[in-house]
Amino acid sequence: MSEKVKVTIDGITVDVEPGTSILNAARQIGGDIVPPAMCYYSKLEGSGGKCRTCLVKVSKGSEKDPRPMPKLVASCRTGVMDGMEVQNITSPEVIEARKGVVEILLINHPLDCPVCDQAGECHLQDLSYEHGVANTRYEFERRTFDRIDIGDKIQLHMTRCILCYRCVYVADQLTDSRQHGILGRGDASEISTYIEKAIDNDFSGNVIDVCPVGALTDRTFRFKNRVWFSKPVDAHRHCPTCKGKVTLWYKGEEVLRVTGRKDEFGEVEDFICNTCRFETKNTKDWVIEGPRQISHKSVISSNHYEMVPLPVIKQNPALMEANKIEFDRASKI
Amino acid sequence: MEPLSNRKKVLEQKPMNFWERLYLPAIFQGMGITFMHMFKKKETIFYPEVEREFSENWRGLHSLKRDENGAERCTACGLCALSCPAEAITMIAGERQKGEEHLYREEKYAAVYEINMLRCIFCGLCEEACPKEAIYLDGPIVPADYLRKDFIYGKDKLVEEPIGSL
Repeated sequence: MSEKVKVTIDGITVDVEPGTSILNAARQIGGDIVPPAMCYYSKLEGSGGKCRTCLVKVSKGSEKDPRPMPKLVASCRTGVMDGMEVQNITSPEVIEARKGVVEILLINHPLDCPVCDQAGECHLQDLSYEHGVANTRYEFERRTFDRIDIGDKIQLHMTRCILCYRCVYVADQLTDSRQHGILGRGDASEISTYIEKAIDNDFSGNVIDVCPVGALTDRTFRFKNRVWFSKPVDAHRHCPTCKGKVTLWYKGEEVLRVTGRKDEFGEVEDFICNTCRFETKNTKDWVIEGPRQISHKSVISSNHYEMVPLPVIKQNPALMEANKIEFDRASKI
Repeated sequence: MEPLSNRKKVLEQKPMNFWERLYLPAIFQGMGITFMHMFKKKETIFYPEVEREFSENWRGLHSLKRDENGAERCTACGLCALSCPAEAITMIAGERQKGEEHLYREEKYAAVYEINMLRCIFCGLCEEACPKEAIYLDGPIVPADYLRKDFIYGKDKLVEEPIGSL
């Protein structure tokens, strides 16, 4: 069983373990051919298969049965077969289908990006920018919900949710007792905690990191700053509950927020605990490792220099005195 | 070498004749032209008192607009500051409280919005970036001043007057 299987994605062949999904095989190749994923999260068991953004075309089933698959398949839930040939960006059918998926995902999305704190690191934003169309054909009222505070640290904007279930899996798998889930069905389904019960588990803050849109956001970071004006810096600390490897987001000398370290697919490397995320927002709590590498395609990389945060100029008495003299001279004129 | 174009002109320099050697006729001709200009229309405009008409795509002082109900349109999304090549714009966002719906259009607003007019190059990229049609460069020329601090324009100078006060 341990023999590797050969799979060809967009003409690039890769050997992977049997049982790997097409999406993960594509991620091993990397680059442009990786299908986007909104609901699949490699660290969460059972995630995926809901958003349909990772649709690919299987043009050859396997070496034994070379018939193509009749419909586009969700690459996150389809395992590879030996000799399988997959088309992602080389197939116009896939690109067309993805356009439709983006349109469906955006049907109820309020597009309040100027207000949303997730803007700049939002997967839906990236997805619709790369694969979507500029206009919407939807003319009806969008569903709206009231903003809910889940505990004093997390805020739920149900209006922005795309129902990827990632946060539900986090609650299921990272915490010992689940406190929130999805209520209602179909169009009426909604992420909720029964009677808005506060989530007070140590790892509940990770729902913020896994949320691909701005539905679950950090309440302590609400409207503090836009993501692209803050400087991400890698840091770690000794934490008894988690690994303590995080990214600090600086504005000047102030730590605006703490998140897990996200890789190129937007997935955190390690889940972090709530103490690291919410309680320790001082530079002295952390050991700074250095600036975080940001992809040059990301808006966060604008005005971003990969060096230790520049020191903020301290008050200089000599300079202030000189300024005062200069000011007096100027006001005489 | 062959000339690349046929624009080459051969200049001839003839020796000057008697009238040209006198110089005085040429001087009087020149003085005549100078004198003639005294009766022509003046092109100079006495700027602060008189203002020249601006062209339609003139870009001057910024103004932060209000919507039809008089609420501020800006939501402090930061796209103007992001697009600004001179990094002249800074802002701090605030959250709209209950009862302020008539002041601010969306739940987030710019509590502080500053443009450094010494940095600004009036390129108009902020106007183009704005998703809320909140900023326009439709004002006059930014007036001169003596101190650097007076060139940092806050919301008091940038936000449009409320509708009622006009």
